[in-house]
Amino acid sequence: MEKTDYNVHPPYLYEGYKSTIFRSPTKPLVPVASMLKDITMPAFGQSVVRQWDNDLTKNGRRNGEPIGERIKMSGLVTDEFNHPLRNVLVEVWQANSAGRYIHKAEIHDAPIDPNFLGAGRMLTDSEGRYTFYTIKPGAYPWGNHYNAWRPNHIHFSVIGRQFEQRLVTQMYFPGDPLFEFDPIFQSVPKHARELLIAKFRMDWTEPEFALAYEFNIVMSGSNKTPFE
Amino acid sequence: MMEKLRETPSQTVGPFFAYGLTAVQYGYDYTSIADDQLIDLVTVGNRIIITGCVYDGQGNVIPDAMIELWQVDGSGKYRTAPLEKDRENFVGFGRLGTGTQPGSQFRFTTVKPGAFNGQAPHINVILFMRGSLLHLYTRIYFDDEGSNAKDPLLTSVPHERRNTLIAKSSSSKGITEYRFDIHMQGDKETVFFDVKH
Ligand SMILES: [Fe+3]
Repeated sequence: MEKTDYNVHPPYLYEGYKSTIFRSPTKPLVPVASMLKDITMPAFGQSVVRQWDNDLTKNGRRNGEPIGERIKMSGLVTDEFNHPLRNVLVEVWQANSAGRYIHKAEIHDAPIDPNFLGAGRMLTDSEGRYTFYTIKPGAYPWGNHYNAWRPNHIHFSVIGRQFEQRLVTQMYFPGDPLFEFDPIFQSVPKHARELLIAKFRMDWTEPEFALAYEFNIVMSGSNKTPFE
Repeated sequence: MMEKLRETPSQTVGPFFAYGLTAVQYGYDYTSIADDQLIDLVTVGNRIIITGCVYDGQGNVIPDAMIELWQVDGSGKYRTAPLEKDRENFVGFGRLGTGTQPGSQFRFTTVKPGAFNGQAPHINVILFMRGSLLHLYTRIYFDDEGSNAKDPLLTSVPHERRNTLIAKSSSSKGITEYRFDIHMQGDKETVFFDVKH
């Protein structure tokens, strides 16, 4: 049987992504895991999540509904041994359906949607599951190289239980033709890229309302002691 | 043995995290889960300021990094109670982007941490930025702590690089301010940790 390759992370220096060149450490990381064993990460209470923060089609409304394809995203957050991480904070942010972020430094000439903020957060439930509704984000150009475009993606941030359980990543949609041209996606070892692509779930689709995608998140390590 | 799952790969936080992760600091119409205040008015302990900049390999300040701090209270305990919307007493967790202060500084208000597990007082730092595909871990130690010399983590770092982890104190208006600059590359390259090995 083929041995599983567990090295899934991109390197710090990936020259195709130009900003890594002067922002990546040149010296090896110092191994210190044995000295961090008893450190947990902060837990969050339900009050940090407002009523519509798990529904990005609602939490930015001003005078109507956001434009675009409504979708439902859901998945489990677990450790490497498939133990669920319950009540952990999942934060998401993304471009609108036209590929425009509301960020003030964003200069892409695509329309802002006055009814779409593009940010949300939620806590995982008793099975470690998160679910949110949103508008499918559009592709957008960036300045890395001539005619560079980012595939459609949603940014995720997860704060787990143990110190090593901190993840910031980007989730992609199946079959995106921009995968092969995007150095950020390509920076991940080839065998692990599939782990960043959501699965279309016809069976989770809400008829007459929204298509559904599944994106499971696996955090480093093992939570031997369950925290509730 | 159960088949291990593969971790979800990391990707960069990118340039546009501010309205999602640090909304209040940047003036967006959304809430924040953490900010520059790791304490409130009733927190017991010696109040300190942690300030600094993040520099790239060409010596330029980085105006779009995000820094998280996580520390014990004055008596050496991590907060275990969940953090709520109205952050009360000792929080211990902070988060700032480097894009709002003059000179792209970060500036946190906290209390001096106590000793934890026989280690010298320190603050854990997690660093994110556009151009970093995987976040980085480092630590802030303090230049006025004699116990640094015996700290197991600090002493595992090559001697000539230890000072990159030690914040420099100064006093202004009766409050001690510690300067902790982070250098991504070069002679002063900050020591970053592998927390899994
Ligand atoms: Fe993006």
